[in-house]
Amino acid sequence: MSEHILEVRHLSKTFGTHAVLKDIDFTVDKGDVTTIIGASGSGKSTLLRCINLLETLTTGEILFHGQDVTKGRINASSYRAKVGMVFQSFNLFNNLTVLSNCMIGQQKVLKIPKEEAHKRALFYLSKVGMAPYINARPDQISGGQKQRVAIARALAMEPEVLLFDEPTSALDPEMVGEVLDVMKSLAQKDNMTMLVVTHEMSFAKEVSTHVVYMADGLIEEEGDPARIFTNPESQRTRDFLKRILQS
Amino acid sequence: MITQLFSDIAGLWEKYSTVYLTGIANTLILATTATLIGCIIGFFCGILQTIPCGPNEKLLKRIFLKILRILIRAYVEVFRGTPMILQAVFIYYGMPYFFDVSFKNIWTVSIIVVSINTGAYMAESVRGGIMSIDPGQFEGAKAIGMNHWQTMLYVILPQTLRNIMPQIGNNYIINVKDTSVMFIIGFSDFFAVHKMVSGAVFKYFPSAFLEMGGYLCLTLLASFLLRKLEKKLAGKSNYELVTDDSLVMTAGTYSYPAEGSPFDEINKDYKGGKS
Ligand SMILES: Nc1ncnc2c1ncn2[C@@H]1O[C@H](COP(=O)(O)OP(=O)(O)OP(=O)(O)O)[C@@H](O)[C@H]1O
Ligand SMILES: [Mg+2]
Repeated sequence: MSEHILEVRHLSKTFGTHAVLKDIDFTVDKGDVTTIIGASGSGKSTLLRCINLLETLTTGEILFHGQDVTKGRINASSYRAKVGMVFQSFNLFNNLTVLSNCMIGQQKVLKIPKEEAHKRALFYLSKVGMAPYINARPDQISGGQKQRVAIARALAMEPEVLLFDEPTSALDPEMVGEVLDVMKSLAQKDNMTMLVVTHEMSFAKEVSTHVVYMADGLIEEEGDPARIFTNPESQRTRDFLKRILQS
Repeated sequence: MITQLFSDIAGLWEKYSTVYLTGIANTLILATTATLIGCIIGFFCGILQTIPCGPNEKLLKRIFLKILRILIRAYVEVFRGTPMILQAVFIYYGMPYFFDVSFKNIWTVSIIVVSINTGAYMAESVRGGIMSIDPGQFEGAKAIGMNHWQTMLYVILPQTLRNIMPQIGNNYIINVKDTSVMFIIGFSDFFAVHKMVSGAVFKYFPSAFLEMGGYLCLTLLASFLLRKLEKKLAGKSNYELVTDDSLVMTAGTYSYPAEGSPFDEINKDYKGGKS
């Protein structure tokens, strides 16, 4: 039996009368690096937020190791602890230092003892190159550094899947590279399972193992990055790629 | 004439200094305790009012939360909307009708009244403070699996506290002054001393002069201390860099670097060293 880590089934999401996601189906397996691309407003962020239960689905289900996580909201917290999320706007805890940001979830949610949490936090902070900054507060470091800390915070929970919502979109161009490097190394060295919404086509092309192109709340086309980028089936995909690769 | 005033004041002080000082102490104890308890009440109401109550929660929970919100609302409106002096009378003389034991402990009633009053104002400040926190902070906490209470306790409330420090300070200063209305139930605060002393020796103006100065000193001191506390809550303006191999503190303290400063260089070396 092939069990997927994540399986999204017939997911739809409506805000009022606005159908943002319409019958989305896809799966994530261990080690997959899936990128979701698509025009602004196509529902990419909403999809990630639904997967992390930050939004409630209108219909459909999300299976985590075969178990539906959308019913019975009791385990929402423990599910979220296993599915990390990195936001476009970092969302680091402003009242805590870099180190505490990476420890608090371990201590309070996973109930890991302090020394162990400290070790783990340092381990992941070094992984993203932020160990020297453990005493800094979020407002004292740059955007790229914030995002790397946010990645370390998510990693410190040792999740099975990591969701990224346009992790580099809020960054100055010169900081995009450092974050993408970290993500690339996570994908390739650590075999992290990742689901990444991005406008960085080079990342989608070179790092991801699977590309999903979304348009108007639907999955227009998905598949191997090599194929999607060289020979897309759909006209819309072709138009989108043409537009975005030109700019 | 003006020399007369000072000699009167000196005379009052000589005779009644312990009474005045006890009054000041009582005022400070009451205002401080009640402000602290009021803050706790306020924070508690703030958390309860912001428990998510979306359509996806269980019906029973939603009904419960709705009722809770109405109760808090009512509490806030009643205690903000009536004079504290009347509340004191109300509770002090009303309680014996409802409780068997005599409720006539002046200290207890005073602390209860001022706390509840402060709590009503603080509940609104805290609610506003929580609402002004970036929603991303809630989401960041949710995304690592924190529940509502954990999110509040470790992420939102510390930031709220920092943001509403000025309002807490305001309330404290108001309490230092307004606890004077507790004379109505016989609480012997600083102002009550004035009534007592001037009633005994008929030196109204000299005593009032002393009181004015006394209250002003108290509130100025409170202001000063609150500002210090505010600064402390804001945290250090710089941080220490930690070396990458031993992860011990370096001797130097670096202040916040601008982008592209030597600080960034250090970081690049670090990254280079890793790969
Ligand atoms: N809370 C909300 N209430 C109402 N409409 C919303 C809400 N959140 C998102 N939408 C709508 O859903 C649509 C999809 O938004 P979403 O943020 O998922 O797009 P996106 O693909 O992530 O776009 P971008 O690339 O700009 O981030 C948009 O039209 C947006 O207006
Ligand atoms: Mg988006």
